[in-house]
Amino acid sequence: MSLKLLTIVAAAALALTACESSQQNTGATTGTTQTTTAAPSGPVAGSQEALTQQVGDRIFFDFDKSDIRADQRGTVDKLAAWLKQNPSVQLTIEGNCDERGTREYNLALGERRANAVQEYLVARGVNASRLKTISYGKERPAVLGSTEYAWAQNRRDQFVVR
Amino acid sequence: MPYVASSPLTTAPLTPRLRAPARSLGRTLGRAVAGVALLLTAAVLTVGGAGSAQAQLNVDITKGFVDPMPIAVSDFQPARPELAQTGIDIAGVVGNDLASSGLFKTIEKSAFLQTSQELQNGPRYGDWRAIGAQALVSGSVDLQADGRMRVEFRLWDVLAEQQMTGLAYMTTPSNWRRIAHIISDAIYQRLTGEEGYFDTRIVYISESGPQNRRIKRLAIMDQDGANHQFLTDGSNLVLTPRFSPTTQEITYLAYVNDTPRVYLFNLNTGQQEVLGDFPGMTFAPRFSPDGNRVIFSMARAGNSDIYTMDLRTRKVERLTDNPAIDTSASFSPDGSRIVFNSDRGGSQQLYVMNADGSNVQRISFGEGRYATPVWSPRGDLIAFTRMNQGTFYIGVMAPDGSGERMLSSGFLVEGPTWAPNGRVLAYFRQDPADSNGKVTSKLYTIDLTGFNERKVQTPLDASDPAWSPLIP
Repeated sequence: MSLKLLTIVAAAALALTACESSQQNTGATTGTTQTTTAAPSGPVAGSQEALTQQVGDRIFFDFDKSDIRADQRGTVDKLAAWLKQNPSVQLTIEGNCDERGTREYNLALGERRANAVQEYLVARGVNASRLKTISYGKERPAVLGSTEYAWAQNRRDQFVVR
Repeated sequence: MPYVASSPLTTAPLTPRLRAPARSLGRTLGRAVAGVALLLTAAVLTVGGAGSAQAQLNVDITKGFVDPMPIAVSDFQPARPELAQTGIDIAGVVGNDLASSGLFKTIEKSAFLQTSQELQNGPRYGDWRAIGAQALVSGSVDLQADGRMRVEFRLWDVLAEQQMTGLAYMTTPSNWRRIAHIISDAIYQRLTGEEGYFDTRIVYISESGPQNRRIKRLAIMDQDGANHQFLTDGSNLVLTPRFSPTTQEITYLAYVNDTPRVYLFNLNTGQQEVLGDFPGMTFAPRFSPDGNRVIFSMARAGNSDIYTMDLRTRKVERLTDNPAIDTSASFSPDGSRIVFNSDRGGSQQLYVMNADGSNVQRISFGEGRYATPVWSPRGDLIAFTRMNQGTFYIGVMAPDGSGERMLSSGFLVEGPTWAPNGRVLAYFRQDPADSNGKVTSKLYTIDLTGFNERKVQTPLDASDPAWSPLIP
């Protein structure tokens, strides 16, 4: 069991490294262009595309957990800053789970995960009235298949600009 | 033994008014289809003089694996030629019902030595013994002057050479399938001593499409898969439907305008309404045994607790107040206790509490995690989903947590529901998805002893089954 969990965590970490580094690259580029001159083809400020490029549109969780992982905190911190830079943005935080749990419990777990980020953002000064949470339980996987990799990618909060 | 043809000694009106299943509710959620009131009457048929004799033929369904009892179901003899197909169809449904229980083995019609016509004068027992039948079902079908159909059947003990039971029913001809199920229930009850479960329906979630674009629709069918119909069009995500134990009503979860809330669906009118006005996600609904309340979970600020709402007074009561996840609540059949799922001890386990929320006690102690507890309508057992080391199980235990045993297992088996007699369970089984997100999910039934696992045929994929009570 512990061995399997280790594998899951390792797979998740790997996936994350790959995911984050690519996002950070694009994020950094966009960030630079924004501070200097308006990019001719950059995303509209405060748009979903801008969020995805500049912050990342999701964070990941450990199996059956809803606390924000240390390696995910950076994304949520960036999200808090981004929301302050874009004060008109209304954000929905969608909580999701992998398929390795039962439906009703996963609805509750997804709600917990969405709420974890909401509370974190509010603690960092984001007005709660701009935030909304929804849980999709195990109903909205992002990555297809029934593999440890897919499950690690599907245990996530997704950030959606309303 | 003289056979007194159609001589009802007593007439007993069963249920005076029946509602037919609402059909073709169409693509809109709210379109109403009025149920058609049907008159159904039953008459007890007995054989003069021999009716009270106690037969020896019995099936013990508590033993675990039993040798299925060989039973012959003769075509129901038509009183006029145009009823011939109906007579064949009724016998087919009865035979299929009995065989699906795993307790009976139907004998091929081609082996029969006595015709259904000849059977109307009583069985030649030797002919039925010769082909190995222990029980025999004969019947007939006729049309009355008023247009109603009269269906009668008799159950015979071939070895003791006597009639075990006989009943006649009056109904509209389109209702023949229900009559067949009612006859199956009467036969099952006479031979097992347990109430039948064939005149029932199953509501479930029909699924199609890849994992990430799964279309889910509320659907309903007879327990044998017949009379299938979709109740919603798939535009809203719907989950976890449950039947009212007393009315033709379903409670379920729907995401309408991205707002997950518990809804009620009236099968007679097609009308649906949201359950109350709550500030957070409401989910995991179930009816109370008297049908007057819905027990459900509500999430507030990331925390899920259990509530009830009285459907008449709209009064809401909060039953748990704990920072843990409390969900999947199910009443005991006497309404005095509630079993639910909670991770208050650190992982998902099953707990029982009094109906007012007091005296919470953990009842699951095996390895792994436990979920989706459902109290049997008999009160003696709680069915659940268990997860351990990457395998999912459907199991049962006594309400005090003793006598736990697993009935089925797989990559993902989930969501048991009880047949109204508490002897058979339905659940769904999902296979691992491939890299294109193609996933298969089907409904299965299994009897309480863990034998006779059977797939329920559905037009598309299926999950979240909920068995109806016996149709009133």
